[in-house]
Formats: sequence, structure tokens, C-alpha cells
Amino acid sequence: MTLAAYALRRIAAILVILVVLSLLVFGLLALMPGDPALTLLGPKASTPEALAAVRERFGLNDPFLTQYARWVGNAVRGDFGESIYSGDPVTTLIADRVGVTAWLAVYALVLTVLVAVPLGLAAGTRPGSRTDRAATAVSLITLSAPTFAVGFLLIYVFAVTLDWFPSFGAGDGFFDTLWHMTLPAVTLAAGQTAVLLRQTRAATMDVAERDFVTFARARAISPGRIRQRYVLRNASLPVLTSAGLLLAYGLTGAVLVENVFALQGLGTLLVRSVAQLDLPVVQGLAMFTALLVLLTNLVVDLLYFALDPRLRRAAVVS
Amino acid sequence: MTAAVQPAAAADPARRVRWGWLFWAAVGVVALAVFAALTVRWIAPYEPSAQNLVDSGQGPSGQHWLGTDQLGRDIFSRLLAGARTGLIGPLVVAIGAGFIGTALGLWTGYAGGAVDSVVMRTIDLMYAVPPLLVAIVVVGLFGGGYWLAVGVLIVLSAPGDVRIVRAAVMAQRELPYVAAVRTVGVGPLRIAVRHVLPNVTPTVVANVLLQFVVGLIALSGLAFLGLGVEAGSPDWGLMVAENRGILDLNPWAVIGPAVCISLLAIAVTVIGDRVYEVLSQRTAAR
Repeated sequence: MTLAAYALRRIAAILVILVVLSLLVFGLLALMPGDPALTLLGPKASTPEALAAVRERFGLNDPFLTQYARWVGNAVRGDFGESIYSGDPVTTLIADRVGVTAWLAVYALVLTVLVAVPLGLAAGTRPGSRTDRAATAVSLITLSAPTFAVGFLLIYVFAVTLDWFPSFGAGDGFFDTLWHMTLPAVTLAAGQTAVLLRQTRAATMDVAERDFVTFARARAISPGRIRQRYVLRNASLPVLTSAGLLLAYGLTGAVLVENVFALQGLGTLLVRSVAQLDLPVVQGLAMFTALLVLLTNLVVDLLYFALDPRLRRAAVVS
Repeated sequence: MTAAVQPAAAADPARRVRWGWLFWAAVGVVALAVFAALTVRWIAPYEPSAQNLVDSGQGPSGQHWLGTDQLGRDIFSRLLAGARTGLIGPLVVAIGAGFIGTALGLWTGYAGGAVDSVVMRTIDLMYAVPPLLVAIVVVGLFGGGYWLAVGVLIVLSAPGDVRIVRAAVMAQRELPYVAAVRTVGVGPLRIAVRHVLPNVTPTVVANVLLQFVVGLIALSGLAFLGLGVEAGSPDWGLMVAENRGILDLNPWAVIGPAVCISLLAIAVTVIGDRVYEVLSQRTAAR
């Protein structure tokens, strides 16, 4: 199987998952308690004329599959309808807020990789050492403590007591944003670091026991070079797999972190629209999130293929 | 292997398991939470929901050990009462997901075939969306309470259990002892339950404890977002959200519940890790 064939098969699988998910997401409207027309009318006064107008506009009198087909047809063209509350198109709402969430996610990911990979490598090459035990203990704490608890602890220490960082808002301009986003990013990175550190440590320990590492040591190659050229390269594959896990963790964490630090990102948008029963926005966000997760996993799988020469060779032979 | 020669291995003091101080500290934390949940009615210095607007938003004092919240409710008493939702929900999630996961994992792992494909594809689908986000949407839109949240989390946590148990079962299936009992004419159901299940018990037990932690973090996260638990009830996650505005007046009103959730979660994780190590050593020694 060539890379192209493999990619095509994966994309087909993703499309199937998207179709099933879109059925579920669209079905939310039918499943919600109460009259769908009342739900879609939202806070406006529910006169019989208004209800009839909503039924007409959303085609609620049509059979379910007709409604679904229309919804999907629009969704594919990027049209998820308008927010029941503000009347803004869902796509505009998402586009306005995706920046803050992306900032947070990328900043946190950079921190995570910078801390977790070197520390995991150090801990994995010398299991049982002081570094290893410290890393294991810290990752146990940050993995178990809920994101919002960590967030408020950080706010209390670094914003209220020491007054080094702001406790809310996203800031303007690059450096101001960097300053505002530091505490949120550290909060989000705390849990992610634990996940990545455990993966890196386990992968390193696994690779460090292989024969080729012993052989490299026997050839008197320096430990630093062994770590870089032999261990890190081989350990990078299982670590890469955890990227999907990291993304799921990050998305969930971002919802809580944005809430703790009052950031106007996608997470706060989701929580607010759920509370307001703003269904079109919830549906749009759900599809957007699912697409993001699926695409990330696809990219990771393809990278795996590209990074590991053994997989490629196997592909050419078979 | 010595255990084969000495059937009374458990009685041999040299072979007794050393659990370690960390394990016992963790057991202590969990025991404390259970004690608080059971006896809060008698030991709490104040009624957890009793308001006292005169003493609102106070810092720690002799009268209120950890101060009060905006409505003058005693933080210490509310922390004790919070142990109830902190324990019950996650416990139900862990046991429910563990039961479904073990049953499906055994079935798919041992039987394979069409059932396996259908279950695994469904699980792949569920993996496409982060569980807590689904819980936020479902619990929020359907306006359900605590038990809907618990139910949703059971369904969303089970796939992880299925995967792990299935992998463990598939590894066991290829071992000679399974072929041996099959030759004697033992049926597949009996092999799966009586012979394979005991050998994957460490995985199952460690997983149930892990799911407790996942359930606790998810339920308290939902409560923090105002979903699941009823407004005003003493729940650690909800307390953090309710008192975030008085972080400067009485930090304990926020830090206290945050520390309670974290301590319980860390303690159960420690117990889970250790139990897995010890149990898998025992199964290996048999």
C-alpha cells in the first residue's frame, strides 16, 4: 500500500465518521425537550405567527431526512445558520474567537514540548534517579489535579499575591498578549506536560534497552550523541502518537482554562451557547471540533508514515 | 518460581508485599474523605447550607476555620459535605464504566469477528470527540442533573475500558493455558469468565481506580461550569465557581475545594498505580 492509498483510505474513514457525527449533531435539535420551533425562536416572544415563521424558515414541517440534507448542504458550504441570540452567522462567531483559543493552544503546546521532552528523556535514560523521581511525582500531581483547580492556584499565587501577571483578559499586541496568556498557557500546559512526559519517559526507557544502544555505547559514542541520534529519534514515534491525546486534552482543558481566566475563546463560546440553548452555535462548534480532532489524527498517522523508513519500505514491498 | 514450590506464599513474611508509605498516605486521604462524607451531619461545625449574611466573605477565624463565602456559609463545613458528591458520582462512573468495559472487552477480545469490528468502530467514533465536551453539550442542552451527568460519563468512559481490557484479553488468548482448557472441552463463555478474567484482573482493578479519577475530574469540571449539580449544593467544583469573586477576601473559599479535589484525585491515582504493580506481580508469580 502506497502512502497515497493509505491516505485515501484514512480520508474515506474520516468522511464516514463525519457523516455519522453530523447525524447525531443535527439530531440534537429533534432530541431536545420541547418544541424545536420554540427552541429555535429562543428568547423572542412566542406568538403563533412567530412560531409559524420559524417553522417555515427552518423547514421544520419537512421530513427529518430532508431537513438533514438541507442542513448538511449548507454546512458543507460553511453555513451553520445564525445564532439565536445575536443573529450573527455561526461561522463569523467561530472565526472571531478562534484566534484566542489558537493562541492559548499553541503557547501551551510550546511550553509543553519544551519542558516535557527534555525532562522525559532525562528521566527515561536514568530510571530511578533523582530527576526521574521528581519528574514522576510532579507529573502525577499535574495529571490528577483538575485544570481549573491548577488555574485558581496559579491566579492566587502569581496574580493576587505576587501581582506578576494579570488574572483575566487576552491583551492587545504580541507582547501584551504573551504576558496575559502566560498563566492560562501554564495552566493548560501543566496537564499536557504530564501526558507527554510519561509518554517520552516510557518510550525512552524502551529504546534505551535495545541492542543498538548497547552497541553504540560499546563503540564509545558519547552519551549525549547516543541520546540525540539513537534514543530521541526512535522514541519520537510513540511520542508522536500521543499528539492526538494531547489535542483532546488541550481542547477539553481550553474550555475550563478560558472560563477560569475569562478569555473570549471557543471554550467560553461553547459554554455560553449551551447555557443559552443556542443550538446552531453548538452544532457548528461540535462539527468544527470533531473535524479538528479527526484531521489532527490523520496528520499524525501520515507523519508516522513519513518519519519511519521501515513503514515506507514495507509499503513498497507489499 | 518459588510460589509454585511454596503454596503458602502469602503466609511467608519475606514474601509479604511492602505497600510503601505513599500508598498508606493515599489510603488515609481517601479514608478521611469517606469519613467526612458519612459523618458530616454530626461533625460539621455549621449546617453546610446555613446562610449568615452578617459574617459573609470572611477570612479564617476561630469561629470559621476556613472563613465564609459570600452568603456567610461556613467553608469548612461545606468542604466536609462536598465529600459526598465528590465520592459518589465518580464511584458510580468508575464501577459502571468498569462493568460495561470489562464485559465488552472480554467479549470482543475473546470472540473477535464481527462483534469485535462493530464495537471497535463505534469506539473509534466516540474517540473523535473529547468526552467532557460531549458531556457539556448533552447535560447543558437537556438540562439534566447530576445523575444524567454521571450516566453520560459512564457511556463516554466505557470505550477506554473496552480497549484496555480487550488488549489484555487478546494477549491472554494466545497463551497455552487457554488452549489447554479448550482441549478439555470447556466452553468459550466459561473460559472467558473463569480463566481469562482472573488473569486480567490487575488491569481491570487499576482501570476502575483510574476511571474514578477521570470521573472526579470530569464531574467537578462540569460542576465548575455550572452543569450537573444543583446551584447552591455543597460541591467542590461548584464552590470554586461560586467563590471565584471573593478570591482576594477569602482565598480559602476557592483554594480549599480546589485542593480537596486535587488531593482526592492524586490519592486515588497513587492507590491505582500501586495496586496494579502489586497485583500484576502476584499474577505473574502464580
